[in-house]
Amino acid sequence: MKSVALLAGFLLLVPMAQGAIDAYPFTDEAMESRYKALIEELRCPQCLNTNLAGSDAMIAQDLRREVHRMLLAGNSDAEILDFMHQRYGDFILYEPRVTSRTWLLWYGPLILLLAAGAVAALVVRRGAARANDIPDVDKDRLRRLLKD
Amino acid sequence: MNARSLFVPLGIFLALVVTLAVGFRLDDPHKLPSELIDRPFPAFSLPSLADQAQTLTEASLTGEIALVNVWATWCAACVIEHPELMRIAREEGLPIYGINYNDDVDKARQWLVRYDNPYRTVIVDGEGRLAIDLGVYGAPETFVIDEKGVIQYRHVGVVSRDIFDTTLRPVIDVLRSRQAAIEPS
Repeated sequence: MKSVALLAGFLLLVPMAQGAIDAYPFTDEAMESRYKALIEELRCPQCLNTNLAGSDAMIAQDLRREVHRMLLAGNSDAEILDFMHQRYGDFILYEPRVTSRTWLLWYGPLILLLAAGAVAALVVRRGAARANDIPDVDKDRLRRLLKD
Repeated sequence: MNARSLFVPLGIFLALVVTLAVGFRLDDPHKLPSELIDRPFPAFSLPSLADQAQTLTEASLTGEIALVNVWATWCAACVIEHPELMRIAREEGLPIYGINYNDDVDKARQWLVRYDNPYRTVIVDGEGRLAIDLGVYGAPETFVIDEKGVIQYRHVGVVSRDIFDTTLRPVIDVLRSRQAAIEPS
């Protein structure tokens, strides 16, 4: 009985343990979902591999507040992303923009895939050519061997 | 196995060596390139730590080549950096402006009494909004600005004597010679 009460107590605590939750008021649900999408997309500058939504770092809290403030002020998503990009650079966006500095990141894998495909095609074609290229002497000897 | 294919593993090995040599030499991923170099200091209007009734703006920072140092009492590394800031203020003839970042005003004042004050003025950035405009994500960070308030250099982390001599001083020397060329005195 005691353990049931304890379990119930822990279950009550579960909602409190789900990461950083700020109680920001929104005027409508659409704005709230835009907020959530933005803090998912923006990366915490302090943490290398966590977005703003998942970080408790001070800068992440400040930037979430800034996103909220800009949404309430009527800024578009693009304006908010631009604002962050101007200050924190490509790092802040989990999907960095295509620029001269990032095109290798975007198209590098495709180039590697094409190169690998070309090498594979070459190997396969050479292998096929070699398979047709069995000397006649060998064929005669094979027949003889098979007859024996 | 023809002779040419013997060199394939060597080629792969060399490609790997080059990739890793480049990869391991990349800067610390924590050091984000500053987007603000060569841009004017962001506009702000914030109180002064010494007198909160006094409002400081970006114009308060112009007139001289200077350092702008982001610090806080919660920042452990700022204590380590502090003696070097004292030395710069004393020996280098370089004003240092402080930005007290996301901090408690009373604690900040006590801190400056306890460790001494290297700053010409300290801007109180209680909500960290000026820090966001500067692309700051931690403390300490130090900016070099020219006499017009244009940001010339950004250093993330502690400024040690070594870092001052090897990275900040060359930037400042270039700025000083440029200034001397414009207004010969």
